[in-house]
Amino acid sequence: MLVTALLSGLVLGGTYALVAMGLTLQYGIARIMNLAYGEMIISAAFLAYVIYTGYGINPVLGLLITIPAGFAFGYVIYGVMMKPLVARARDKASLEIDSILATFGLLFVIQGVLLVTFGANFTSYNYLNVAVELFGTNVAANRLLALVLALTVGGALYLLLTRTLWGTALRAVAVSPASAPLVGIDVNKAARYAFAIGGGLAAAGGVVISMYQTFTATSGVVFTMKALIVVIMGGVGNVVGALSAGLILGVVETFVATYVDPGLTLAATYGIFLAVLLWRPSGLFGRRAG
Amino acid sequence: MSELLTITGLTKRFGGLTAVNAVSFSIVRGEVIGLLGPNGSGKTTVLNMISGHLSPTGGTIALGEETISGLAPNRIALKGVARTFQLVRGLPSLTVRENVVASLAFGRRKLWGEEADREALRRLEEVGLAGRAEHSAQDLTYIDQKRMELARALAADPELLLLDEWLAGLNPTELRTGIDLILSLKERGITILLVEHVMDAIRAVCNRCVVMNAGRKIADAPTAQALADPHVVTAYLGDAHA
Amino acid sequence: MNGKTILAIAGFIATIAALAFVPFVVGPYGVTLMIGMLGYVVLATAWALFSGPTRYVSLATVAFFGVGAYTVAVFSESIPYPLLLLVAAGIGLGVALVVGIATLRLAGVYFVIFTFGLAELIRQLVTWYEVNVTGTLGRYIFLPITPEGIYWQLLALAAITFAIAWWIGRSRIGLALRVIGDDEVVAVHCGINITGVKLALFGLSCTIITLVGAIQAPRWTYVEPSIAFNPTISFLTLIMALLGGAHRLTGPLLGAVPLFLMFEWLSANFPNHYSIFLGLIFIAIVFVLPRGVLAFIEERWTLWRRNEPVSGRTADE
Repeated sequence: MLVTALLSGLVLGGTYALVAMGLTLQYGIARIMNLAYGEMIISAAFLAYVIYTGYGINPVLGLLITIPAGFAFGYVIYGVMMKPLVARARDKASLEIDSILATFGLLFVIQGVLLVTFGANFTSYNYLNVAVELFGTNVAANRLLALVLALTVGGALYLLLTRTLWGTALRAVAVSPASAPLVGIDVNKAARYAFAIGGGLAAAGGVVISMYQTFTATSGVVFTMKALIVVIMGGVGNVVGALSAGLILGVVETFVATYVDPGLTLAATYGIFLAVLLWRPSGLFGRRAG
Repeated sequence: MSELLTITGLTKRFGGLTAVNAVSFSIVRGEVIGLLGPNGSGKTTVLNMISGHLSPTGGTIALGEETISGLAPNRIALKGVARTFQLVRGLPSLTVRENVVASLAFGRRKLWGEEADREALRRLEEVGLAGRAEHSAQDLTYIDQKRMELARALAADPELLLLDEWLAGLNPTELRTGIDLILSLKERGITILLVEHVMDAIRAVCNRCVVMNAGRKIADAPTAQALADPHVVTAYLGDAHA
Repeated sequence: MNGKTILAIAGFIATIAALAFVPFVVGPYGVTLMIGMLGYVVLATAWALFSGPTRYVSLATVAFFGVGAYTVAVFSESIPYPLLLLVAAGIGLGVALVVGIATLRLAGVYFVIFTFGLAELIRQLVTWYEVNVTGTLGRYIFLPITPEGIYWQLLALAAITFAIAWWIGRSRIGLALRVIGDDEVVAVHCGINITGVKLALFGLSCTIITLVGAIQAPRWTYVEPSIAFNPTISFLTLIMALLGGAHRLTGPLLGAVPLFLMFEWLSANFPNHYSIFLGLIFIAIVFVLPRGVLAFIEERWTLWRRNEPVSGRTADE
């Protein structure tokens, strides 16, 4: 029981970590608070569903389509919608409000398109739904694969950000957007790529979710919320923080669902969120402000 | 003579930086005290802790017998501490009169309506701004904004008035007016703690000076004596001149 | 009071009285339409009461609306009707105070995020309660209230809301809000308890929103969490208040009436593509305002303050 709960907690947490890393890049580097993030995740889930059931391409291989599609979508959205908002913003607060409201609109657009295309039903598909024995307990292979994928993509991103010059530039923008240009970093370009990578990660997360969960056109909001909570817990712009906070949240949720009541997981999530906001507003792993 | 303000071991750390380090001094009722020191020595931080804008990392601040350190700024304001800001902070969407009414309505007086308007005009007269009462606060000149801020602080009927570089940036004529204004407040017996760089003003109005350097108190003496203190000279001018 | 104020009050009373006769003139469809429109007028005005001056953008409208509707659904058989509204208002106020105490000290963006998720949280909690405690999901509301009755109640609530908003504009708390809106640091140093003022306004605004939900609930006959907590309501309220101008008394009204009619038309003619249009219109609004929504609110606010200097009080003297 305990091992099962822990394992499914890690699977869920790995997924949260994966999607939260994308959001932390978008908010931390591109400075866009993207309320339509969950809809980008769900779109990718539907895309994976279509290419698996329609074309028989398995979702892992399908990542070669979905991730670039997510990246391209993020790239275009940033260029068309966000860049004008960034360009005209007087200060951080006005950009935050504008981007929240614009992406709130985008949320309804994407959701509307999904509803028209796929309807409001719960959707899922069967892929690798076989039991694998691990640590004396049975786990579905697709869940295990989801965890492996989340950790692989997350690890790759971490290496990209910490080991390459390009990643260092992105992190520099996250820490100090005002002084990054002084060392020759193109902040606009960095922001655009960060937003696009965020889109790619959302897509990867959506595929992973679609492999072991049912989803509907309207379930994006919950993912946005959870990703936001993980981002704030982990400290905005902090990739390792997002990874750790995601795993913690997944495990806590699974334990609440297993030992308390499945209907109260969101309440537990919110409890954690409020506690973090009130006691460590800069995140569990962030630098303490002031 | 009784102590109005007693500061004991006041400390403020920002991360690894200690901005104010175990500073202690006290102010007797009716005194005008200058808080001096080079830029970055922690003067404004001390002022911000007295007004409650920042909460101290260590030490205590007492107003009369009562400890006020750690209270919210609005609670401290209601106990009789009023202040002006280093960078003047008017309320731009309000008129000059309303700026002063804000302090009358929510401060210790709790005045409202016609009574508050009359009192606001009286306060504006004190600082020579009655003629501009119905102007928008953002249309005032720099010196007038400073006057308005002072009127707002005085409208709170403070026991202790904190002035943060209130005379900075004024031309010689305005400076003369400003110094006279502070002297008139002194005559009325208002206790004032002022952070200031203008030496003429300090000599003219301060009974005593507390000098800080790098977060520590380095002198606390009657004005002439404090300004002549070798430590103070070193702090301001560097070792070569000591 | 001067002549202008008396005239404005008389005009206001006459308008309300005239609106009270509308059900006798228009047919059943007209009453339904008026209920919807009046509902949004009150929602947008109540939203602006708090979010206009404080600039805390709340996305939680439907959380409170749903709490009101659900309270009526749950207690419709055990509590007599007028008392039912009081209970709903009390619950709404209670939730608002808890949420406000927890979040109003935080930076604005955290408040937005929290309110964004609040509706979903409450929806899930209600679902959990219904499934685990009551054993059913979905409830029928059988209350002997006619559509006209609902309309008149909403009209009364609208009148009260406008009266409160007008009173706040000329009261001490109104000045406190303007000081807070200008500079929070100066506000606290003037002795204003800014968290207290924000909390009071948030509580008031949310209580009114809760009442809108409670009053409209009997229209539905059948209620379940996904109906009562439909996020579109938060979204529409926000657009209406912003577009009409959250800074002045009649702004939300001016936004609510045309937008409501437009959305009615859209949902009747394009039921499937409705939310796509909704989203596109909203994005367009954000882009049309040249220097952003926040600047728009602030500029209009300042402009309004300057054109009509210092409320009616000066003019009265």
